[in-house]
Amino acid sequence: MSDAASTVSMRSISQARSHRAPLSRDVVAAWLLTFPAILAYVLMVLLPLLGVLALAFTDYEFGASSFRWVGFENFADMPKDRTFMASIRNTVIYCLFVVPFSIGIALLLAILIEAGARGRAFFRAVFFLPVVSLTVAMATAWQYLLHPSIGPVNALLRTLGLGAPNWLGSSDWVMVSLGIIGVWENVGFNLVLFLAGLTAIPRELYAAAEVDGAKSAWSRFTLVTWPLLGPTLLFVMIITMTRSIRVFDTVQTLTQGGPNGASEVLLRTIYQEGFHYFKFGYSAAITLVFLAIVLVIMLVQTRLIDRHVHYG
Amino acid sequence: MKTQSETLISDAPRLMALGSAAVVMLIPYVWMLAVSVKPADEVFRASLTLLPERWALIENYGKVLRTIPVVTFVMNGLIVCFGILFFQLLFAIPAAYALAKLQFRGRELLFGFVMLGLLVPYQTTALPLYMGFHHAGLLNSYTALIAPFTCSVFAIFLFRQFFKALPDDLIAAARIDGMGEFSIVWRVILPNALPAATAFAIFSVVAHWNDLFWPLIVIQKGDLYTPAMGILAFRAVESGDDYGALMAAATLVAAPLVIAFLFAQRRFIEGVTMTGLKG
Repeated sequence: MSDAASTVSMRSISQARSHRAPLSRDVVAAWLLTFPAILAYVLMVLLPLLGVLALAFTDYEFGASSFRWVGFENFADMPKDRTFMASIRNTVIYCLFVVPFSIGIALLLAILIEAGARGRAFFRAVFFLPVVSLTVAMATAWQYLLHPSIGPVNALLRTLGLGAPNWLGSSDWVMVSLGIIGVWENVGFNLVLFLAGLTAIPRELYAAAEVDGAKSAWSRFTLVTWPLLGPTLLFVMIITMTRSIRVFDTVQTLTQGGPNGASEVLLRTIYQEGFHYFKFGYSAAITLVFLAIVLVIMLVQTRLIDRHVHYG
Repeated sequence: MKTQSETLISDAPRLMALGSAAVVMLIPYVWMLAVSVKPADEVFRASLTLLPERWALIENYGKVLRTIPVVTFVMNGLIVCFGILFFQLLFAIPAAYALAKLQFRGRELLFGFVMLGLLVPYQTTALPLYMGFHHAGLLNSYTALIAPFTCSVFAIFLFRQFFKALPDDLIAAARIDGMGEFSIVWRVILPNALPAATAFAIFSVVAHWNDLFWPLIVIQKGDLYTPAMGILAFRAVESGDDYGALMAAATLVAAPLVIAFLFAQRRFIEGVTMTGLKG
């Protein structure tokens, strides 16, 4: 209705100003204003997207003079490809580690920060720092911290008389190590989103809950905070999942998928197959799998949002 | 609910818990700085002392500056980030204005494409884009680093939401004053969109300063390396043994954005939450 109203007012104005047909000025302006964005979108998003769709069904290798359409062959090859299967498994493990821990820790810290007036800006800034720090640089710092012989983490563990694992060098520990770094990277981001969600909860609701007999902090949390934080929580879950499924920088910097493919992840496999072995067709097929997973996550979670979330 | 009048003593458990968590978060930074001023023999002693017995600040940082052109890498990072941001704003603001405030056929279709773009991670289009840049002879160029990100559907989406909330009277008044649509966008809309533009700018710069995937694909020539690639290059030269110099290199390239953040924390955090919550 407000749109209709604005159309009417714009119509009368443009009629008053020119003798052309009422809306032509708007239409011409609209296409001129959107043209640069449309051009860039078509060249940089739409055509490449169609390109990757087509490539996935060919055996094209970059630099080769010809290619064949191979139907679903690339996809059929995937279950037999140990590197690909390892990269799927590791990416899932990484997400299962990073998503719950980074969300749980962030929520706990956000509630602690929100519970008092002191140190708000300070703590928020400290926890947020990893989000703005160059990942490759900080991964290098982590590499030193987790160094099996000279790293402080193992030095501390030895002092305490505990075992000193080869964090990034053993296939048992490498995904845990990358997961810890991932949690460290993501906590601050989630924390800031939770703080925004918590601030939006009306104070009176806590007072009302207290009057209604919710005396303990825990019962106020389950009665007020948790249900009203629902939309934020689901949003944070989507963001963290789509962020952690794209893990690449730390793996490329620290392990290059090693030892023995134990930390191979999806984006690195795409990169490796495409830009190292130049198997563009196969790499494109894996890209489509990656895209499908991202889309499914978004779809499932938006469905969940519609069904289960109490809106405040 | 807790109030401001709470005493420091009763607030102590909360502050202690947050404080310990903060210490854990800061450990990588503390050790990075500490090791960057330690000589190699002290690094290999694996002690838990932070301060060096003999300062090797000049030794380590000097080695980094002699081995890799850090200044060039940081400059490349700045050129790429601000190049991307310039085109993103130049393309997204007029488009978002048209989608928010102008009536035309095809508007819904265009917005549908914006939503489609929001679902697609940029890594998806890497292979065809690489082929395109290869055939255009544009690999190893600033163009290859900047062009793929010039159309930010996220920026269009964000600005469209923001512009929809601006009063129509503002635009109507500008039209009565005889302004064309282009001057309305840059002289009426943009000044009102500065908060959204600042937030988006911070979001965009943080994202592209940190990016490794795309630069790694299109850049092979050392003089076009971005900061992230610079560290990888230094690690390759050093084969990862000289941790003092390695930490010095990491400190140097992480510093610009961290310092910017410390000076404008609020804006940074607002930028990420605002853009985050609307994405």
